Amino acid sequence: MKRIDAISAIAKNAGDALIVCNIGFPSRELYAVKGRQENFYMLGSMGLASSIGLGLALAQPRRRVIVLEGDGAVLMNLGTLATIANYAPKNYLLVILDNCCYGSTGSQPTCTHLGTDLASMAEAAGVKDVKKVADLDGLHTALEGMGVIVVKVDPGNAVVPIIDISPEQILARFKAALS
Amino acid sequence: MDPSRTVYRGMKHAGIDFAASVPCVNLQELLRLVSDDPDIIHIPVTREEEGVGLCAGAWIGGRRPALLMQNSGLGNSINALASLDFLYEIPLIMIISHRGCEGEPIVGQVPMGRLTPKLLDAMDIPRFSPSPAQAEETVVRAWKLAEEQRRPAAVLLDLQFWRSA
Repeated sequence: MKRIDAISAIAKNAGDALIVCNIGFPSRELYAVKGRQENFYMLGSMGLASSIGLGLALAQPRRRVIVLEGDGAVLMNLGTLATIANYAPKNYLLVILDNCCYGSTGSQPTCTHLGTDLASMAEAAGVKDVKKVADLDGLHTALEGMGVIVVKVDPGNAVVPIIDISPEQILARFKAALS
Repeated sequence: MDPSRTVYRGMKHAGIDFAASVPCVNLQELLRLVSDDPDIIHIPVTREEEGVGLCAGAWIGGRRPALLMQNSGLGNSINALASLDFLYEIPLIMIISHRGCEGEPIVGQVPMGRLTPKLLDAMDIPRFSPSPAQAEETVVRAWKLAEEQRRPAAVLLDLQFWRSA
């Protein structure tokens, strides 16, 4: 499964859910497939999508929050799994798009390429609802739940333009979608 | 005057209703007050940078966030402060136990203790070092500045501050 196909499936089935998306190509792919105002595109602070989404989910308990994070980014902020396990509310879902590499910087392999299993790490951290999926059907089913989903995707980026709106516009649109 | 209570009162008057924290021994009483407050969502995080992310998300979601930490955590947070809070103009009040100053018994605290004001100045983050008598008002002022200017602000509370109980 290509990552952009996973992102497209998530965005098109998100309803009015808020999506917080990791820096780099994942945000560009999300912007290209469905540039909805309920998307928060990160342009920096790699590793913090899961944390931003958690703060948002706690502040907006009536809104579903879906975080799109990468394997490299989760490995950069592993403590987030323990925090999520113990403090994430029911409206929070972390989707880890695991392509086993740093896809935005030249596809250098991450440790998931060598065997590190982020789903097992999430379970060991105490996350109760952890799913592993590798195809679109499995993804559709898993998206109905909460907790953490690890989605195996192919390495490689889609040919998509850079995000042509400013950080101020990203935030203003997103905040407008909240009110 | 109880230094922890004055800071807590400042947080309450500022309307702080979300806190992320990594503990310092000097913050223990303040952390207890914050944890016991039903109107503050308090999330103890594993690393200060994670707290910057949580606080940013909470602010976007309509809360008034504070990050409670030791100054060593400033070093763990610099990229997030710049490429998240500065970039999107997100306010944050950092309430920081400032170790490594005069009277510090632990040598390992000294390098970051000396660098902390310089790092904040280099990042153009406003910093305040109130006495316990000023702390309540200073916390309110620091939050107002953060909120009005949409930027992080820091309140540094050194060993002398906590010993004044």
